[in-house]
Amino acid sequence: MADLRGAPAAPVPVLSAPRSRRLPNRRAALALAVLGAVALAAVVAAGAALAPEAARVDFAAKGLAPSAAHPFGTDWLGRDMLARTVAGLSTSVLVGLAAAVASSLIALALATAAALGGRRADAVVAWLVDLMMGIPHIVLLILISFALGKGLVGVTVGVALTHWPSLTRVLRAEILQCRASGFVAAARRLGATPAQVAWRHLVPYVLPQFLVGLVLLFPHAILHEAAVTFLGFGLPPELPAIGIILSEAMGYLSAGMWWLAVFPGLALVAVVMLFDLVGGSLRKLVDPRGAQE
Amino acid sequence: MARRILIALGRLALLLAAVSLAVFVLVDLSPIDPVQANVGQAALLGMSDEKRAALAAHWGADVPWPERYLAWAQALLQGDMGTSLRYNQPVAQVIAERAGNSLVLMGIAWAASGVLGFALGVAAALSRGRLLDRAVRAYCFVLASSPTFWVGLLLLTVFAVMLGWLPLGFSVPAGKAAADVTLADALRHVALPAVTLSLVGVANIALHTRAKAIDVMGSDWFRFARARGLSPARAMARHGLRNLALPAVTLQFAQVAEIFGGSVLVEEVFSYPGLGQAAVTAGLGGDVALLAGIALVSAAIVFAGNLAANLIYGLVDPRLRPAGRARAAARRALAGEGASRG
Repeated sequence: MADLRGAPAAPVPVLSAPRSRRLPNRRAALALAVLGAVALAAVVAAGAALAPEAARVDFAAKGLAPSAAHPFGTDWLGRDMLARTVAGLSTSVLVGLAAAVASSLIALALATAAALGGRRADAVVAWLVDLMMGIPHIVLLILISFALGKGLVGVTVGVALTHWPSLTRVLRAEILQCRASGFVAAARRLGATPAQVAWRHLVPYVLPQFLVGLVLLFPHAILHEAAVTFLGFGLPPELPAIGIILSEAMGYLSAGMWWLAVFPGLALVAVVMLFDLVGGSLRKLVDPRGAQE
Repeated sequence: MARRILIALGRLALLLAAVSLAVFVLVDLSPIDPVQANVGQAALLGMSDEKRAALAAHWGADVPWPERYLAWAQALLQGDMGTSLRYNQPVAQVIAERAGNSLVLMGIAWAASGVLGFALGVAAALSRGRLLDRAVRAYCFVLASSPTFWVGLLLLTVFAVMLGWLPLGFSVPAGKAAADVTLADALRHVALPAVTLSLVGVANIALHTRAKAIDVMGSDWFRFARARGLSPARAMARHGLRNLALPAVTLQFAQVAEIFGGSVLVEEVFSYPGLGQAAVTAGLGGDVALLAGIALVSAAIVFAGNLAANLIYGLVDPRLRPAGRARAAARRALAGEGASRG
């Protein structure tokens, strides 16, 4: 008869029940990573689609403040700033991605050489790391971009060549730690060849750190790309990159056109923060101590 | 001690040699024609071939780089840094004029971001999980993701354009004789660039100090202090701060590279005549001598920062004084922690 009253069965009180509405950590991190990848793809696709719109000049609508028709306003040539911002982000994301991938591969190669190549190789890599960290990044980027004739290639190579040192340190320590671990010693005793050890133990040990490092390199890469472009050493003016938009906006800020700088910058900050978040949550998962926090 | 100083000087010399060599190789690789970059496309087209050749010879544009490098290095050892193409002055003079401006800017930003970041980090740790902590962490997260030059542009728009409180740029009022410039003028002009640089520089030191302070608050002696009846803030003031100050100072010295990198961008935004702006001008104009000079100075400044961090650490913490592996490991760990965008 109890169910006729319509009252639901009272939940049994449990002293240490976990909060059931929270998404499990692994699933949450995975969802965030997928979301980040989708957002990235969406920005790139939208940028490609909006490229003609971003370049369209309309003198009838120049210097307009943000409105419903132009949410980010228009610039002094009447180009729609929303289209320009998205197209610029798309360029930045592609450059940042290429540079981050190349940079992390350099880090992996140098870390492997340092950890497994003997004392000499280790000393050389350590000196290279010190050298790269001894000059401010921006100065080095200016030099490399200049050497490659500025432009798209220059800035991509420049960012790729300057961002490997910290990841190299991390990966080197990981490889050394793995090599000194008990399970590798046991595998060697059991007769595994170095190649087998590398494939079955070293790769699974280092790969997560490598991927997290790659994702976390991305925000730095994209910020430095924008900075170098802003200084005039990066992407050419005809490409709608965020750095170009902001450096062109400088001349019009004193005329009160604040929207030229505010929205493109905010969009860049949003993309960078998204990747920091994704990288941070992936790192928490990789580190077992923090996985349950 | 003498041995350590000698080793440090040797490392500095090696670093500077590598940096200057890299500058020459990189500049030589560049397809950008220094003659065209300096006289401009239009003027170059209007020139006769002989004139062009004479200019190239005058600037040494056709001498192979190893020869140029050796000549330059020889002169450098005698104290001559060469002549800047863009400014038409000795490089040493250009750098000396601008280094003052840059050092003031960087010094203010370095001190302000250090003090502010330390205070915010300790405050956040003391109110862990509460509103203040969340606010500090959110601020650091957002600022760490913001391009320095964009923050500068925003401050410029708000305080110089909209409110009109502070000047738009430069280090002194335009059209005023150098002798008439007052300290107040100079301070008003350095204010916005320094605030920009400080706001961005806070993130790293604040987050680092917060993490360390949380460690400290979990230690036995901190608990003992609390058990004696001290409030968290008092226990932190009496026992915690001295433990936190040292890593913070070290980290802040290791941050010098970042502050220098930020100052390049900030100087460009505010047209502030410092080293960073000169580096950009030199790079855009193919001015090898000036570029090499500034790269050397920046490397020396960063080196001095790292050296200061090491020396202070050894000076204050007796456990790290004996030379050897422990110190090297500590230094490496700190440098690793301090590494991020520059």
